[in-house]
Amino acid sequence: MADNPKEKITPASRQYPDPQSKLKQDPPTTGHSWDGIEEYDNPMPRWWVWIFLITVVWSVGYWIAYPAWPGIQSATSGLLGYSSRANVAAEIDEFEARNETWFAQLVETDLDAIREDPDLHRFAVNAGASVFAAQCSQCHGTGGAGVQAAGYPNLLNDAWLWGGTMEDITTTVTWGIRNDDYPEARWSQMPAFGVDGLLDDQEITEITHYVLRMSGQDHDEALADAGAEEYEWNCASCHGDGGEGDYELGAPALNNQVWFYGGSEEAIRHSIYYSRFGVMPGFETRLREAEIRAVAAYVHQLGGGQ
Amino acid sequence: MSIFRHHKKIETHATLLLVLSFLVVTIGGIVQIVPLFYLENTIEEVEGVRPYSPLEIAGREIYLREGCYNCHSQMIRPMRDEVERYGHYSLAAESMYDHPFQWGSKRTGPDLARLGGRYSDDWHVQHMIDPQSVVPESIMPSYGFMMNRTLGTSDAEHVRDIMRVYRVLGHPYDDEMMDNAVSDFFAQADLDGDPGVVDRYPGAQQRNFDGQPQVTEMDAIIAYMQMLGTLVDFETFVPAASR
Repeated sequence: MADNPKEKITPASRQYPDPQSKLKQDPPTTGHSWDGIEEYDNPMPRWWVWIFLITVVWSVGYWIAYPAWPGIQSATSGLLGYSSRANVAAEIDEFEARNETWFAQLVETDLDAIREDPDLHRFAVNAGASVFAAQCSQCHGTGGAGVQAAGYPNLLNDAWLWGGTMEDITTTVTWGIRNDDYPEARWSQMPAFGVDGLLDDQEITEITHYVLRMSGQDHDEALADAGAEEYEWNCASCHGDGGEGDYELGAPALNNQVWFYGGSEEAIRHSIYYSRFGVMPGFETRLREAEIRAVAAYVHQLGGGQ
Repeated sequence: MSIFRHHKKIETHATLLLVLSFLVVTIGGIVQIVPLFYLENTIEEVEGVRPYSPLEIAGREIYLREGCYNCHSQMIRPMRDEVERYGHYSLAAESMYDHPFQWGSKRTGPDLARLGGRYSDDWHVQHMIDPQSVVPESIMPSYGFMMNRTLGTSDAEHVRDIMRVYRVLGHPYDDEMMDNAVSDFFAQADLDGDPGVVDRYPGAQQRNFDGQPQVTEMDAIIAYMQMLGTLVDFETFVPAASR
């Protein structure tokens, strides 16, 4: 159709200078004509063609140097022997080797002597912080402040359930608390006084108010007085006569304002009625000894180390 | 550069252009895709990887439905920082029963490829109901409604239908697994349920995940999350460095 000159539609004559007049000569056209529009058949820009050719040559070098072409059984492995798996293994080994002497020193040093050696202590706290971030922060919080709603303890204060010495913390991290994975796990179980029918509602209310008084909060004096004897019978053996708690049993102190699951009347009542059974995994198989000691040193210096 | 002058012959002939384009794409496809199916360095037999149990399938369907993959990847790359944080890098075989795979490329939240066993069920329940209560800096929305969505027999049968499709796709579900699909679905969410479910699906976690008597979507999603990345025993697995 386009080849028939009679059917060709000519464009309106231009009123402005022809831009092509600046060219020394018109480049050839592709020979197509659509509605009188023709297309120049300019060559590709020289710089573009050269970059294209260089990438082709580069790819040949790449095939030789890196794993590239599939064969019958396996792909070519490349002269540089690149392997992402080998690389990551080598990098991990490199950092292992750098830390090796420190880790060895951490294991050899007496737990309480770690903080007397400033360099070792600095290493332990930094290494411990990264272990904490990867393994502990999910429950105890990024900064160690815990989550009261879920009963994940705050590690920033000096209130401890199972003791806050280096030795205590190391034991807790190693074996965990109330888990089925390790027989060495710390273990204790508070009776569910309400669920198991050990106390009736009135008695639980009385003890709740006694605990409120013990912790210095608003309470009903008469109910608290009545709860004193109940407390002595049911609670004092673990939580102590004065509510001072017992590290041996993981029994929290009740005579302060530090609460594990909350210190409102409702929360205390819930604890007595249903009991609590907080679980912490042990890290004996997940972390090596040096890492456990490092994270213990980190937790110890957060604020409450004993 | 005389060869470039002949492009006119192709470009002015629509059929020839089409045929040659198809040829080029075909060659590219054959070279790039086909070898992945037979090369020894792309296929790695790994012990322990098994198809999903019925309850895990339900959890995985919820994972897809809620678009978890928009923020969470399931692919630990072979890089030191990732291995130190998440655990051993992911193996191709670990997603061989994922249709489609959940590798993802967007990490608004953390990678979940080795989530299993990292947190307690209680933590997951708490986190699903109110993510900020356990991770204050999180921007994850709440999925507490899963606690109220009970899964019944029809849901279990739907999972069995999915298993039928998977079987066609080549997942090794045997007749025993198919026959027990519905009962396994409920048994896995009950600590005292039929222990056969763990025999059929080694490494499956069997217990009441959300603490409620009925089986809910929360049970399913936690059952799924608690097995992610746990099937391969990296105490015994030795990665081939050539891959």
